[in-house]
Amino acid sequence: MSHFEDVIIDIQQLSFSRSDRPIYNNVDIKIPRGKITAIMGPSGTGKTTLLKLIGGQLNPDSGKIYLDGQNIPTLNRRELFVIRERMGMLFQSGALFTDMSVFENVAFPLRVHTKLPEDMIRDIVLMKLEAVGLRGASELMPSELSGGMARRVALARAIALDPDIVMYDEPFTGQDPIAMGVLVNLIRRLNESLGHTSIIVSHDIQETLGIADYIYLVADSSVIAHGTPEELKEVNSPQVRQFMEGLPDGPVPFHFPAVDYHDDLLQRGV
Amino acid sequence: MESLARLGRFGLNNLASLGRSGMILFQAIVARPQPLTMFPLLVQQIYFVGVLSLIIIVVSGLFIGMVLGLQGYTILVDYGSEQAVGQMVALSLVRELAPVVTALLFAGRAGSALTAEIGLMKATEQLSSLEMIGVDPLRRIIAPRFWAGFICLPILAAIFSIVGIYGGALVSIEWLGIYDGSFWANMQNSVDFADDIVNGLIKSVVFGFVVTWIAVFQGYDCIPTSEGISQATTKTVVYASLAVLGLDFILTAVMFGEI
Repeated sequence: MSHFEDVIIDIQQLSFSRSDRPIYNNVDIKIPRGKITAIMGPSGTGKTTLLKLIGGQLNPDSGKIYLDGQNIPTLNRRELFVIRERMGMLFQSGALFTDMSVFENVAFPLRVHTKLPEDMIRDIVLMKLEAVGLRGASELMPSELSGGMARRVALARAIALDPDIVMYDEPFTGQDPIAMGVLVNLIRRLNESLGHTSIIVSHDIQETLGIADYIYLVADSSVIAHGTPEELKEVNSPQVRQFMEGLPDGPVPFHFPAVDYHDDLLQRGV
Repeated sequence: MESLARLGRFGLNNLASLGRSGMILFQAIVARPQPLTMFPLLVQQIYFVGVLSLIIIVVSGLFIGMVLGLQGYTILVDYGSEQAVGQMVALSLVRELAPVVTALLFAGRAGSALTAEIGLMKATEQLSSLEMIGVDPLRRIIAPRFWAGFICLPILAAIFSIVGIYGGALVSIEWLGIYDGSFWANMQNSVDFADDIVNGLIKSVVFGFVVTWIAVFQGYDCIPTSEGISQATTKTVVYASLAVLGLDFILTAVMFGEI
């Protein structure tokens, strides 16, 4: 896996479990600098957990997560907050601050981390909102937005400080086709023009295959395949094929573990 | 054996949560305070926590003072010492009722609101997203709310005392016809600044600390679901009320019990 010239995040031997349920077991993942890397896999495989591990919001049971040589789990609170200024994260729910308007939400990172004059903050916020198509919504409160719009505002907020690394947690879920196209382009454009490193967690296969430079497929608490989109299309492992083609039957079970369906239905109440 | 294990688990869980609450308090308040950034947030929280609690405090204070005047009069009049009703109203308010009732009302009005607000911020990932923006939620969210409660409760208790005394005066002087000169003079002669007012103030400072601490901790530590938030809010009111009543006994014993 040392085929990347420039690795920004290097995850080594990562293990993490939640109340005895293993989420990751000795996982190695390398995120190349300036590229779009996608983490894909079925629901419940801990893709969001991985982003939280990278952000230092969770601590792994063992293993190392290097960001430019700094091992994130060993950082203290203050160092963590400094390193997080280099990261932007788009939360699945948007996680906008409900007591601030759309404008103030996007302005918030600028206000706390920079000493820019007010008119410059205004310009930057409007530019970021224009990029996600919501400049006209700047005076609205988060409660007045739809889920998809809230996510786009959250994206504008995540890129307000032009971070080195932007982590997108399910950016395409709940977007209409037009917004989806715009978002795909936006992520691609941000990556090209500003040189962000992007990490996308998603299970929207087509959109993700379209923009990702490199893909990690995660299932059963480990990486089952990784490679460029072209390489992944060629992988013959049934597990990978099932996910890439969206088949209900295959090695990855669609059903949560349960007793036999027939027995369950026939069972009389005790 | 099973029940022994349960008892142990219960003890361990409680100790762990006590430890977490201590850590939160320490990191929010003691470690690296930022007075300048916090000041506007503090003013805003003082408004939410303190100013908006004024009405319930004033109304309760008035009624409790009036009831004290009425009850005091009906008892004291049997002994012909109804002139002492002013003294009785003032002492019971300043020493006991103002700090305790204010703290209980405060836990119900402001404490539960703090817990629910912080819990909901946690459930909607607002605290997480603050962290990822590089802002410490303990300092941005918890610290101003804690200080606001700590500052407001003693002031609210003082207002409660003042309004209560006027309520007592209203009933005793205007309604029951006690001579106002002896009402006020008795009160002035018997209420001691250091023994009564300062001790009452110390009580409300301690209650302010404990109630707000419980409220912000329960919010920050809650399980981020609707059920978890409702449990945390209930816990805030129950724990804070019990803590206030228990501490009140201990403080009273130390201050007035001559031990």
